Amino acid sequence: MQRGLDAELKKQLDEEEKRIISDEHWFLDLPELKAKENYIIEERSYAPCEDLVFGRMSFRGFNPEVEKLMLLMNTHKEEEDDEEEDNVSRMETDITDEEMARRYESLVESMRKKFAKKRDRSAITKNKEDVNCNAVDNRPKKAFLKPQY
Amino acid sequence: MLFLHFYCENKSFSRSRKYTNTGRSRCFLAMDTIHACFKEKIGEVLLPGDVFSFRLSESGDGSIKTEKIICGPGLRRNGEEVQVCKSGILRHKQPNMYWIDSQQRRYVPAKGESVIGIVTAKSGDIFKVDVGGSEQASLSYLAFEGATKRNRPNVQVGDLVYGQFTIANKDMEPELVCIDSCGRANGMGVFGADGLLFKVSLGLVRRLLAPQSEIIKDLEKIFPFELVVGMNGRVWVKAKTVQQTLIVTNLLETCENMTSQQRQTLFKRVAEGFL
Repeated sequence: MQRGLDAELKKQLDEEEKRIISDEHWFLDLPELKAKENYIIEERSYAPCEDLVFGRMSFRGFNPEVEKLMLLMNTHKEEEDDEEEDNVSRMETDITDEEMARRYESLVESMRKKFAKKRDRSAITKNKEDVNCNAVDNRPKKAFLKPQY
Repeated sequence: MLFLHFYCENKSFSRSRKYTNTGRSRCFLAMDTIHACFKEKIGEVLLPGDVFSFRLSESGDGSIKTEKIICGPGLRRNGEEVQVCKSGILRHKQPNMYWIDSQQRRYVPAKGESVIGIVTAKSGDIFKVDVGGSEQASLSYLAFEGATKRNRPNVQVGDLVYGQFTIANKDMEPELVCIDSCGRANGMGVFGADGLLFKVSLGLVRRLLAPQSEIIKDLEKIFPFELVVGMNGRVWVKAKTVQQTLIVTNLLETCENMTSQQRQTLFKRVAEGFL
């Protein structure tokens, strides 16, 4: 006994339904109209026209929170104006870049030494100046010596 | 390619004046001539009914990339023409913004403007706020910073709120919010325990909110005070004493019709009288 419809039967019924629905649909028999591109934009508010500032103001420290807000909102507006300009500002640093690089170099060295095996530790101190790995280490690797009774 | 046809009309004595480029010539310039139409009249007084018309016809392919012109308040788009609907002076801002600088006292809500409203009623989930327009604006109680369904904001009838319009057109009731799109208050919300609220004209409000406002610069030399300016013509002032508050109020109301010279002498007199 089959419960429900067959897959094929279902497809047929669906197609018939679609056909009926699309026949019933009404549509306009007009050529396709392209929407005209509007190059005139209407703006109702004065705020962008005249670059009006934020409305809450406080002078001479009467309300410090509002003064902070004034700075925040007005510099935010200036930042939007300067977005296209190249505003890569150098942050003030306590140490120079060269010193930072030197520090970092020695830091990397010391970390490497810390996690290296005992045998490699001495190798690191020897090969520090060999940047291009020109000197090949030709010492024979120490193998396991079987104890002789 | 953009072809512009220009009208040559001798209708200088008719009521509706059409500002066009004279001469019947076919120019291959793009938006420069449209800007030239406007540029002749920048700084001049225009009346409602004046029309800027420039008819464009495309030749061949339809995809033309043109710059946009932004018509500010006082200018309306009417098909392919721009009509003036308020009397005033035509102003221009780079690169492509034009508007009419006019004077009025009655405020019409516009989207994105920050206004001072007075809460008149509390009904269910929204507050009804009077902003000085033709209809009262609605302010949802969730439109405050940190407000949730359980944590309702502390707003009573009669409070002053500083908020922005999210919806403001002639077909619907305006809606205010007191947070920005990130959810932060940014100075909006209920304010003002003390102080004085009064009404000025919209032109003065724009002069007060201008980037380098001379009135503000002169005022702050007198004494410390706090000021909230709403674009609906409402100004709220608070100073240390009632007398100082009233002085600032009077100064703001009178400097509307003064030249800058008169204003500066007046402010100096007040500052001296105070010290």
